[in-house]
Amino acid sequence: MSELLSQIATCVERGKISVAAPFPLDLKGAPGADELTAAALAEGIAPQDILSKGLVVGMYNVGEKFRCNKVFIPDVLMSAKAMYAGMKHLRPFFQSGQVQRKGTLVIGTAAGDLHDIGKNLVAMIVEGGGWEVVDLGVDVPLDKFVKAVESNPGCSVGISTLLTTTMSNMQKITAALKEKFPGISVIIGGAPITKEFADKIGAGYSADPQGAVSFLNSGK
Amino acid sequence: MKTIVETVKAGAVLVSDGAWGTFLHKKGLEPGQCPELWCITRRSDVLDIARSYVAAGADMIESNSFGANRLKLAHFGLDSRAKEINRAAAEVSREAAGPNRHVIASMGPTGKILMMGDVSENEVYDAFAEQATALADGGANACCIETMTAIDEACLAVRAAADNTKLEIIATFTFDKTMDNTYRTMMGVSPADMASALVKAGAHVIGTNCGNGMERMIEIVREIRAADGKTPILVHANAGLPENKDGDIVFPETPGMMAALVPQLVSAGANVVGGCCGTTPAHIAAMKKAVHGLIQANS
Repeated sequence: MSELLSQIATCVERGKISVAAPFPLDLKGAPGADELTAAALAEGIAPQDILSKGLVVGMYNVGEKFRCNKVFIPDVLMSAKAMYAGMKHLRPFFQSGQVQRKGTLVIGTAAGDLHDIGKNLVAMIVEGGGWEVVDLGVDVPLDKFVKAVESNPGCSVGISTLLTTTMSNMQKITAALKEKFPGISVIIGGAPITKEFADKIGAGYSADPQGAVSFLNSGK
Repeated sequence: MKTIVETVKAGAVLVSDGAWGTFLHKKGLEPGQCPELWCITRRSDVLDIARSYVAAGADMIESNSFGANRLKLAHFGLDSRAKEINRAAAEVSREAAGPNRHVIASMGPTGKILMMGDVSENEVYDAFAEQATALADGGANACCIETMTAIDEACLAVRAAADNTKLEIIATFTFDKTMDNTYRTMMGVSPADMASALVKAGAHVIGTNCGNGMERMIEIVREIRAADGKTPILVHANAGLPENKDGDIVFPETPGMMAALVPQLVSAGANVVGGCCGTTPAHIAAMKKAVHGLIQANS
């Protein structure tokens, strides 16, 4: 059992989607996350273990490499594709409640900011960290965040921006969410964001996507 | 007018302009508004920016068309106006530049990642071809494909401009310093990878823009020059990374600080120097003076 799970983790880490996928070259012709997840289910391995000991481990490893600049965005995107290829086999078990995720992150870019590459990376790595992600997209106004929090009780909120000019919107959205939902956990990130700024507005902070997973896992 | 390549091959160092985006925000552009639409709705403000760089002594002026490809304009529902907006952007800059300066019209990324498959190569090529054509129609003599991070997208932009216009083609990438002190774009591209791919695709001038201040630009230019000994190099440097000081956005590098590094940038291999985010006409005027000082020192 553990052999299959570690193979799944390796496929996710290396971005090996399926047997047909040509990338990476040294795994050409080998089964990918898609086939191996199906095989694991067929062998009777618990879906929860496939998620937390297979797919999540692979995404954690690539997230750590990304944090240390050992790999770059294309590698993370391929890993995410492999992770989703495995995850699709687990969907029925999410719906039935047989597989539990750690919680929900509602995520979007601050009102006025249209840059979604960083936000998408965080969404993928957080989902690959075993969390459910509700992605509100770009240029998200306060009321859209509020509605999403109301429909996902107990969720955390992630706000991203690339622009210095939208940092003030990030501050306003964070303040309003904290007022409306006391105790809600908000994490922010993006190129111009610093720990000091996050502290000042009462939000969590990570410089990289993997840090967002650690923040959520810490339950702050 | 001689081309940029002819001029720098004859030994000249040229000065480009400074920031547009941060300048537009100073003039009242709100977050979430389409900056490029100002070429039509706030034409006199855009003209004023271009003129201020001419007055600062720039040999070439960009245009307010960075995000004016149809894939980006679609967010504002303005994709059907891509031609009109790009044409207007080039016209405004040409009006400020007059006949004897270059208009190097800005072409930024689409914001899409090709390998994600949510947009095809043809769509990206067509968007850039439409933009480059309209910029040429509006009076640009060069295009500045900039802030690129992915080889595939940048080469599509270069080819779209080369196939459809007579524009002189400049293409620059944005690099970050990694933990092991090498430079890579967020997509993992090194300065050497960039240089060979862009030249092969048909770029006439290559280089780097945005980034984290002037000192790092010198290191990046050295890497590009080591990989490519002859293609002219353009640098549009940020005035450092922006800092948020009690709600005010402050860029740390002053005109004097940036100008002081121009000689090193040129000796590293740069042929055209200018500014990106946070730089102002005062930065460009100081850089122009530094370039002038180099000429005098060499004569």
